[in-house]
Amino acid sequence: MTNHWIDIKNSDCILIMGSNAAENHPISFKWVTEAMKRGANLISVDPRFTRTSAKADFYTALRSGTDIAFLGGMIKYILDNDTYFKEYVAEYTNAPFIVADSYDFKDGLFAGYDAKARKYDRSMWAFVKDSKGIPEKDRTLQNPRCVFQLLKKHYSRYDLDTVSAITGTPKKDLVKVYEMYSETGKKGKAGTIMYAMGWTQHTVGVQNIRTMAMIQLLLGNMGVAGGGVNALRGESNVQGSTDHCILFHIWPGYLKTPRASLPTLDAYNAKYTPKTNDPLSANWWGNYEKYSVSLLKSFFGDHATVSNGFGYHWLPKLDDGKTYTWLDLFDEMYKGKFSGFFAWGQNPAASGANANKTREALSKLDWMVNVNIFDNETGSFWKGPGMDPKKIKTEVFFLPCAVSVEKEGSITNSGRWMQWRYKAAEPPGDALPDGDIIMDLMNLVKYLYKKDDNAVFPEPIVNLKWDYTTGGRFDPHKMAKEINGYFLKDVTVKGKHFKKGDLVPSFAYLQSDGTTSSANWLYCNSYTNKGNMAARRKGEKSGIGLNLEWAWCWPVNRRIIYNRASVDKYGTPWDKEHPVISWDPDAKGGKGGWMGDVPDGGWPPMLNPDGTPNPKTKYPFIMKPEGHARIFGPGRVDGPFPEHYEPIECPVEKNLLSSQLTSPVAPTYSTDMDIYRTCDPRYPFVGTTYRVCEHWQTGVMTRWQPWLLEAQPQVFVEMSPELGKLKEIKNGDKVIVESARGRLEAVAIVTPRFRPFKIQGQTVHQVGLPWHFGWVYPKDGGDSANLLTPSTGDPNTRIPETKAFMVNVRKA
Amino acid sequence: MNVSRRDFFKITGASAAGAAILGLGLDLRAIKSQAQTLKIRFARESTSICCYCAVGCGVIVHTGQTGAGKIINIEGDPDHPINEGALCAKGAALSQLANNENRIITPLYRKPFSDQWMEVSWEQVLLMIAKRIKASRDASFVHKNEKGQVVNRTEGIASVGSAALDNEECWIIQAMMRALGLVYIEHQARI
Repeated sequence: MTNHWIDIKNSDCILIMGSNAAENHPISFKWVTEAMKRGANLISVDPRFTRTSAKADFYTALRSGTDIAFLGGMIKYILDNDTYFKEYVAEYTNAPFIVADSYDFKDGLFAGYDAKARKYDRSMWAFVKDSKGIPEKDRTLQNPRCVFQLLKKHYSRYDLDTVSAITGTPKKDLVKVYEMYSETGKKGKAGTIMYAMGWTQHTVGVQNIRTMAMIQLLLGNMGVAGGGVNALRGESNVQGSTDHCILFHIWPGYLKTPRASLPTLDAYNAKYTPKTNDPLSANWWGNYEKYSVSLLKSFFGDHATVSNGFGYHWLPKLDDGKTYTWLDLFDEMYKGKFSGFFAWGQNPAASGANANKTREALSKLDWMVNVNIFDNETGSFWKGPGMDPKKIKTEVFFLPCAVSVEKEGSITNSGRWMQWRYKAAEPPGDALPDGDIIMDLMNLVKYLYKKDDNAVFPEPIVNLKWDYTTGGRFDPHKMAKEINGYFLKDVTVKGKHFKKGDLVPSFAYLQSDGTTSSANWLYCNSYTNKGNMAARRKGEKSGIGLNLEWAWCWPVNRRIIYNRASVDKYGTPWDKEHPVISWDPDAKGGKGGWMGDVPDGGWPPMLNPDGTPNPKTKYPFIMKPEGHARIFGPGRVDGPFPEHYEPIECPVEKNLLSSQLTSPVAPTYSTDMDIYRTCDPRYPFVGTTYRVCEHWQTGVMTRWQPWLLEAQPQVFVEMSPELGKLKEIKNGDKVIVESARGRLEAVAIVTPRFRPFKIQGQTVHQVGLPWHFGWVYPKDGGDSANLLTPSTGDPNTRIPETKAFMVNVRKA
Repeated sequence: MNVSRRDFFKITGASAAGAAILGLGLDLRAIKSQAQTLKIRFARESTSICCYCAVGCGVIVHTGQTGAGKIINIEGDPDHPINEGALCAKGAALSQLANNENRIITPLYRKPFSDQWMEVSWEQVLLMIAKRIKASRDASFVHKNEKGQVVNRTEGIASVGSAALDNEECWIIQAMMRALGLVYIEHQARI
């Protein structure tokens, strides 16, 4: 989230789309309710009438997979009706930037498309630059090649008739939502979006979110209280696990995993350090080298030196142009590529798209380590439905682990708050905290490599800094301090003296010469000489609810990011009643300073009180090399402007907006288990997946809980009364849901919460299922909805398209 | 007295000792207080954060100080600014996650072609795993790729998980996998 949970109370209009917060983040709804008590409107847009919809001031439906059409229509409405925040757009976004003539868009394709490779040459989407390499701008937004005019042109095609025919949303409902939400374009008003997997799990997932981010920029909602782009993340520590980068493509702190074409640390740092000649751009990623070197010092300690590139070549390199994502991983596993596999606190046999392919893939392994609390469909895959154990060679090691209250450590919530938690009890029997298992296992591996004189490339293993124990047990405080970072020598930085062994106060003090370590620069400032910031417990009820002394959040405890955009060029808040930061010229003995939240950089406002430009200032969007927020986004692989494409499996033969039916760059796979059927009369209904409050993810941590299972005992499929009538299915009937990839027995819930859609003049039905169940337990609970979902995903992230695919439903 | 079911819950559901219980026509405060006291009076309190969704609600955990030191209660933390003591159904059931007879409490091993698990010790199982890691890595380690570029990676092992780990555990698991040379490293954030 750019903002945080409590901040939602400050909003004037909350759009909940691509999520069902009342159901799946129930306590967050406390803050939605608070906002509504203060007069905010709640809008719910969802294919199905949900618990969130039941609380909304306005609800309307859209067909799964058509969010860009819906939101593109909102962009058109905002521009046609002039409801955008002019000063914000002209000064803080790249709307004024002039786009090079090489950029074009025609009939669903952007310039630079290679149909054979199914890839874009993104260099065509460049800006016109001056002699210093700084993008040229027209702050009046009139130049026909400026981003603003190109934006207008692009979304002029998203008229109400077209959008309605694609989404199935009535035109008057579209207008109502656009009207309500674009009110927040007024100075002093803020709108926020709460979204989740309903937006990410599509072949256009990233662009779904981009469209909304663009709307937020047009309306001046970024950086302000009650605004922002708020991702409702799904797991207690998925934010932390993402920050610490248990992902192939990033190193802790969102640094890039090196590619094979970068043979040295210098080449690597040069490639990923953006440069700018604009003195007004903070270009914060310009500090990249300080973070990468400090990280390497944490990896290899004293073994990492200037002369060996800090151990850079000890870490694995990715091939250029290749992805190693979840979908790629199980594809390779199915092809027999892996001998060994760790399923550590995860249940891919039930959570991954195209679950049959995943389950088959597991049988190709020589060995698997499954760390978990309970038995699950992954660890026990070899005795699952359709499996013959006598034919499956996979050795499986099940390691029992502790639950959260049986160990000490921190987790980071969706609002970036790192919160410390304590050990309340010992784990039962021989179960161990994961930290202990990891330390012990790697110590054994180190030992095996140390004593083998012919070891294969042992350096990264034996040189790995691995001293995070006290008394033989994993010590989370030691690790948390390493994550923050240390000075490794006596040094003076920014006029302050530090001794070897001092904790680094913030990432502004990290160095690129090996004198500092930091296992994650983003978390530098979380455990300092002032103590464990994540363990702080001073809440506040006043103001906008920043809670600056409760726990700690990244970066440097800044609660609302991009907050330099919450003020005008004089440093005066747009919204005086809900200021995030404000400039006080008399602070700091007359030098001036920012009040409120931790400012997004301490530089003074852009204008002096007399209206003259202040050369010491910086543009507000400090993480972009141009310092301006990107309405035109040349960094995505599928285009600088979001464009509606149908899901890979869709119910229509034509895309009303262009000749490109589906995303021209979306990945698909080609084994015998990767089957896609679109516009196929055997699978005529749109299928989607979602959750219920009482269960969580694949249900491994909720199906075994009697209170929760009693409330939600088995998998169901919801459908409209019209579809029920069509297929002669009554509420409570056992039915079979089928896709091209698998089938699932479920109980039918026939409910007006689903209504048929009118799409391009035809009736299209949609059904939905929760994905919390699995064959292991309970016996009559049903299996995973992911048996139905397709192995295709977003071209930027490869997050699978589990929210829109085609199915059939019939009585069992 | 005529009290609707809804009103009954509103009245008795009021938290802690003492709010508005008088609406029922009798004073339950003393009784309610005592009931709470009996259960957790001698327990040790600690705080935690719920392990389910990413709202990050605060909980108070009561641990018995006698016998096995088991968790006897988990409830919302009223001092936590986000949830202010409230919990959803999952958080409210946290004690059933900790205390659950179906938890696996000993390492298990499944032999090739077997239809059963067998119990093993940590010493046995960790050494078996470490040996297999080394064997798989040594057999699949690639020093240079097809283009002749130095890649120094292990292509025969993959890893997924986990968003359920603490931050400090997340860091060491990615460090372990990367030091082993894995490139197929993924978890819940990708799906």
